[in-house]
Amino acid sequence: MEAVSVITGIAAPLARSNVDTDQIIPAVFLKRVTKTGFEDALFHGWRQDPDFVLNQPEYAGAKVLVAGPDFGTGSSREHAVWALRDFGFEAVLSSRFGDIFRGNSGKQGLLAAQLTEGDIERLWAAIDEQPGRELSVDLTTKTVSVGSLTVPFDIDDYTRWRLLEGLDDIGLTLRSEAEITEFESRRHSWRPKTLPVK
Amino acid sequence: MAESRSLTLAEKVWNDHLVVEGTDGAPDLLYIDLHLVHEVTSPQAFDGLRLAGRPVRRPDLTIATEDHNTPTRGINLPIADLTSRTQIDTLRSNAREFGIRLHSLGDVEQGIVHVVGPQLGLTMPGITVVCGDSHTSTHGAFGAMAFGIGTSEVEHVLATQTLPLKAFKTMAITVEGTLRPGVTAKDIILAVIAQIGTGGGQGYVLEYRGSAIRSLSMEGRMTICNMSIEAGARAGMVAPDQTTFDYLEGRPHAPAGDDWTEAVAYWKTLQTDEGAVFDAEVFLDADALEPFVTWGTNPGQGVSLSENVPDPSGILDANDRATAERALEYMALEAGTPMKQIAVDAVFMGSCTNSRIEDLRAFASVIKGQKKADGVRVMVVPGSARVRIEAEAEGIDRIVTEFGAEWRFAGCSMCLGMNPDQLAPGERCASTSNRNFEGRQGKGGRTHLVSPLVAAATAIRGTLSSPWDLVEAPELVATSLAATSLASTSLASTSKAV
Repeated sequence: MEAVSVITGIAAPLARSNVDTDQIIPAVFLKRVTKTGFEDALFHGWRQDPDFVLNQPEYAGAKVLVAGPDFGTGSSREHAVWALRDFGFEAVLSSRFGDIFRGNSGKQGLLAAQLTEGDIERLWAAIDEQPGRELSVDLTTKTVSVGSLTVPFDIDDYTRWRLLEGLDDIGLTLRSEAEITEFESRRHSWRPKTLPVK
Repeated sequence: MAESRSLTLAEKVWNDHLVVEGTDGAPDLLYIDLHLVHEVTSPQAFDGLRLAGRPVRRPDLTIATEDHNTPTRGINLPIADLTSRTQIDTLRSNAREFGIRLHSLGDVEQGIVHVVGPQLGLTMPGITVVCGDSHTSTHGAFGAMAFGIGTSEVEHVLATQTLPLKAFKTMAITVEGTLRPGVTAKDIILAVIAQIGTGGGQGYVLEYRGSAIRSLSMEGRMTICNMSIEAGARAGMVAPDQTTFDYLEGRPHAPAGDDWTEAVAYWKTLQTDEGAVFDAEVFLDADALEPFVTWGTNPGQGVSLSENVPDPSGILDANDRATAERALEYMALEAGTPMKQIAVDAVFMGSCTNSRIEDLRAFASVIKGQKKADGVRVMVVPGSARVRIEAEAEGIDRIVTEFGAEWRFAGCSMCLGMNPDQLAPGERCASTSNRNFEGRQGKGGRTHLVSPLVAAATAIRGTLSSPWDLVEAPELVATSLAATSLASTSLASTSKAV
């Protein structure tokens, strides 16, 4: 996982509430065998509508999604985070996230930043003034800036630390590699081994 | 943890696998002895390794089989369903790329992942076992700590052979007494789940204890531990004893020679200490138990076969009442109907719960020389290619086909509607599997969970029945009991030879 500190890029406004993971990625895409390549599946239903925000040329290449409250509720599918990441999003801003979605985001290096509903609306207004403008999410200062507007956001300390350090769960565990190796050296010879085949 | 404290079996196994003890609320880091892999939950895990440029840390502690998606007939033909075929092909190329041992369709060791592990002697007491499948709890029958994990965790174990975990609570489930002829391990676990509910075990490791559990074969213990997840528990365990050691000795990957002696000495210490305290306790009387069957759409909705379909209006809790009403509607059942009057369209004998040789023997002992009921489709699916060979050597395949049932190749089959073996909408099935969820065996299908003996009697009569109902041939009851109690002995003598 790559370390995250400041994300600067085009911000796309998603002015809807209760965007559940079934809307982020419909179940039909869960049969795939890869962990990447889900960009076409993101908001698949809504993207059939030419007026949908992500179909507007000024938001092409957006890195930050500024969403309404209760983003990422519902099914636990990790695919929702994969689809956002594959599409190019590095941060999602909302006033409330689904718990599992927020957990999954942290594991995959997608920054889920929680702002007040008022600040989300101020960001939407700022984007509306000048669609396609860049916005900055600073994890070191826990702030979002666009033009002259700067607002704070919340994220739990543990997830923030892991994102800043670029540590996924596996990366964290591998910090204990010496202990794992030491444990393995003490493992009884008769514990199961699948190889060589007997 | 202080040496002097009395410990439960689960705590002993946990402590034995602590790589790093978590402090300040951080989880413990636990070593994983055995990682079982199948085609459905592994592709993204391997892809994640590729993305991060990580190898599999211990291919020699990892084994893969194909089971969920595989057809159970025409196995030499290409798999018709494109998605299934892609998942199988992906597993094969991942196994090649990462050096994982894989038993593919057609291989003599192929089969349901939870049948293959024990059969090879890889599952043993005191180890930790994980798999991207909730029925991994099966392996707890050996006194192992075994639980299902998600795809991210599969990747984590592949990369590190460890998992960060918070300790589970412990629950003792004590079953005392003697099972009557015709009552089996499946009836015990269905009764336990009906008693504690589908959420009763949440956050716990269950330890099954008591004289009724001790008298069960390894197959019976696996059936019980398998369904721990249906009570909401991550894992279920039975302390190892002579039955465990006899099952393991001589299996391909079991310890041998001095290793065997050392291992058995250690395994004998894997008992819950006198005075150890469980966080919760449940008791069940084996003497009073009858053949058990589910009426609803979750495994906790079960009654004795001699009872009637329950009346939801008698349920006090409004949510439970609504759930029961919805279940009856889906199952197309009227409250008050005797369970034994319910006619079925299909009987499924198989799944990781009940597809081992002893299960097939029990089923065959009841149907031998009989004909299946008209209009009932009966499918018998061995849990592994090895079990199939063993059963054929005993003539079980002929008993099955002469009965009018289908004798299939190994796989998960009709347990989960992910392969061609499915119920048609509205079809009703007596099934030896583990989940009676809406649509589990096929869209619109209706499932009654039963034991192999009940499945067999139901296949003969066409209505939910136990061997007790086969009054015209009461000796069958005695036969099936004999088959059940003899199973572990004869298994030991036959399967080691192959």
